[in-house]
Amino acid sequence: MTYLDHAATTPMRPEALAAYAAVLADTGNASSLHASGRRARRIVEESRETLAGVLGVRPSDVVFTGGGTEGDNLALKGLYWARRRAEPTRRRVLVSAVEHRAVLDTVQWLGAQQGAEVELLDVDAAGMVHPDTLAAAIDRDPAAVALVSVMWANSEVGTVEPVAELAAVARRHGVPFHTDAVQAFGQIPVTVGEEGPDAITVSAHKIGGPVGVGALVVRRGLALEPLTHGGGQERDIRSGTLNTAGVAAFAAAAATACALAPRESARLAALRDDLVRRVQEKVPGAVLNGAPLGGPQRLPGNAHLTFPGCEGDSLLMLLDARGIECSTGSACSAGVARPSHVLLAMGAGEEHARGSLRFSLGHSSRAADVDALVEAIGPVVERAGRAGALAGMTGG
Amino acid sequence: MRVLAAMSGGVDSAVAAARAVDAGHDVTGVHLALSRSPESDRTGARGCCTLEDARDARRAADVLGIPFYVWDLAERFETEVIDQFVESYAAGRTPNPCVRCNERIKFAAVLDRALALGFDAVVTGHHARLDPDGTLRRSVDPAKDQSYVLGTLRPEQLGAARFPLGDSTKAQVRQEAAARGLAVADKPDSHDICFISGGDTAGWLRERIGSRPGPIVDSRTGQTLGGHDGTFAFTVGQRRGLRLGHPAPDGRPRYVLDISPVTSTVTVGPAEELDIRRLVADRAAWPHEGVVTCEAQVRAHGGVVAAEAEARGDDLVVTLATPVRGTAAGQAVVLYDGDRVLGGGHIRVTAA
Repeated sequence: MTYLDHAATTPMRPEALAAYAAVLADTGNASSLHASGRRARRIVEESRETLAGVLGVRPSDVVFTGGGTEGDNLALKGLYWARRRAEPTRRRVLVSAVEHRAVLDTVQWLGAQQGAEVELLDVDAAGMVHPDTLAAAIDRDPAAVALVSVMWANSEVGTVEPVAELAAVARRHGVPFHTDAVQAFGQIPVTVGEEGPDAITVSAHKIGGPVGVGALVVRRGLALEPLTHGGGQERDIRSGTLNTAGVAAFAAAAATACALAPRESARLAALRDDLVRRVQEKVPGAVLNGAPLGGPQRLPGNAHLTFPGCEGDSLLMLLDARGIECSTGSACSAGVARPSHVLLAMGAGEEHARGSLRFSLGHSSRAADVDALVEAIGPVVERAGRAGALAGMTGG
Repeated sequence: MRVLAAMSGGVDSAVAAARAVDAGHDVTGVHLALSRSPESDRTGARGCCTLEDARDARRAADVLGIPFYVWDLAERFETEVIDQFVESYAAGRTPNPCVRCNERIKFAAVLDRALALGFDAVVTGHHARLDPDGTLRRSVDPAKDQSYVLGTLRPEQLGAARFPLGDSTKAQVRQEAAARGLAVADKPDSHDICFISGGDTAGWLRERIGSRPGPIVDSRTGQTLGGHDGTFAFTVGQRRGLRLGHPAPDGRPRYVLDISPVTSTVTVGPAEELDIRRLVADRAAWPHEGVVTCEAQVRAHGGVVAAEAEARGDDLVVTLATPVRGTAAGQAVVLYDGDRVLGGGHIRVTAA
């Protein structure tokens, strides 16, 4: 089997699996006062320190969550509610047009139900938000801005956003800045420093940890209303019994991924460049979407290609039948593929958007994976093209 | 053989797919998403367009161990089936959307795409038999027979179709589903038009066509008996819901005889004026020459009457030995020789 969908989820790293299994075998609620509880608490706090270390923040800035979607919800709703409570006139919520649905759907809900005025920030043809775009948007009515959220790296086309500059623009206006770093973390340096974002969402299973655990980095002093109420385990921002095993495995995965990242990103970028070059040799019409290869504006493991005249879900099905797994990268509802909002925001036509596939590499990817794809892609595109012609896709 | 199994989420298509697997085929399951904004749950026994139906189909595919995908045909379904349904009613006809869906979606868009993608056949859970020579026949279960809604398909459409359920009754299919551990074994049958939630066809049409008031006129006296909100709410042969103030002079019930959308007039009269002896249909599928003695069926689950059918150009002219009542333009006429389907068409003109 050829797994080219690491951006969806990636195999657990051995270090994470070992930590996970070891802690799962033990009993202990990190909030209990007895010895078992203290043992669990120690694991949680050591894991927090490990994560804080690789993120360049204080341990107390790390709030453990149930994953990336929860982290985004907590950051956006929590910030919006806290800001609105302090200053009811702050209702403007600025997010990029290429966010993950965990951000877009959350802010749309804030708009529909909570009185937020949501504005989507335009991106360029590579999917990038320019700091000038953000500055101009804030300047239209700076006193009414509640928060800004722009992802660190795009989940579909892998474009790395200029987060430091964007955060600086927001900071100049005194506006909290959140970033969804779920795709970036563990692949490229995600360190915060004093001038970085105020809140960062990360997730374990994208870096070789387990599903169901993540963290929201919340700078001290940033007010956040909780989503869930209960025991107040995580700074009263997040309640619920701490997932000790998940947190331990997350920390183990993060430590390994971040330590290996400099070398691993070069390896993956080379593999990815090879994939794109050889696929385009087999299918000369294939178009690379997003930022150019070789630059820092693209995640090393991401290849996102449009095959004109083909429908992405036909390509996916035909590749799947040959044991090659990838993604159409578009939002799904009951498995129904819709044209990607990311590609549409980048200015692509609907047909171009529908004909795209995301291949994403990760720590278990090898040259043989690329070889398998290159061998299959020609006949697959030819077949999908025949089906696409029936559906009226022009291939133009 | 590589076969594509269309899986609605119901028991029939799940068992049909299972039988294709048992027959040794390389089976891929596909659920057709036909609604642009599917409702999340089924309410009662309606349709197959909800997310719950998609989940049921996926679970059946999991149990069978076959790959499963959702094909989004909502746009195509809207233009080919829903829009045509509305236009038909607006023009005073009574369309059968299931016939249309089979002709334009399942055995056209889906079949063509499947063949282009390298599949050899499409399997569905229709209750009908298909002989190796391409002859379509009724299911062994007369109550569930669906040959009528397949009767206008052309030979090349049927050529790549497979109906594994034709030799079984519905009860047998349910038993088999239960024995196979398919959770849909006792899922209720769907009856209503899948895209009309709640079954209120007239209300649904009113939303799309708008109110077009007009008179209800007596066929014999020409007297205006009442009014209506739009001809789309009426079907030829309909008796209920006319809300006529005056009883007929003879005290007998009155039926809708004719619908004229141009003047927005609904004509009503006694039952015998509904008698139809002659039909002219668009020749959808009729690979025969000369006058053919046969039996005609003009609605799903309706009876048959002895008939003679003959192709004249693009028309199929059907003469009925005994009259049928309340046959409307837009319905399909399917012609049989015993349990064999000879062909069929879409009724355009009816005459006494």
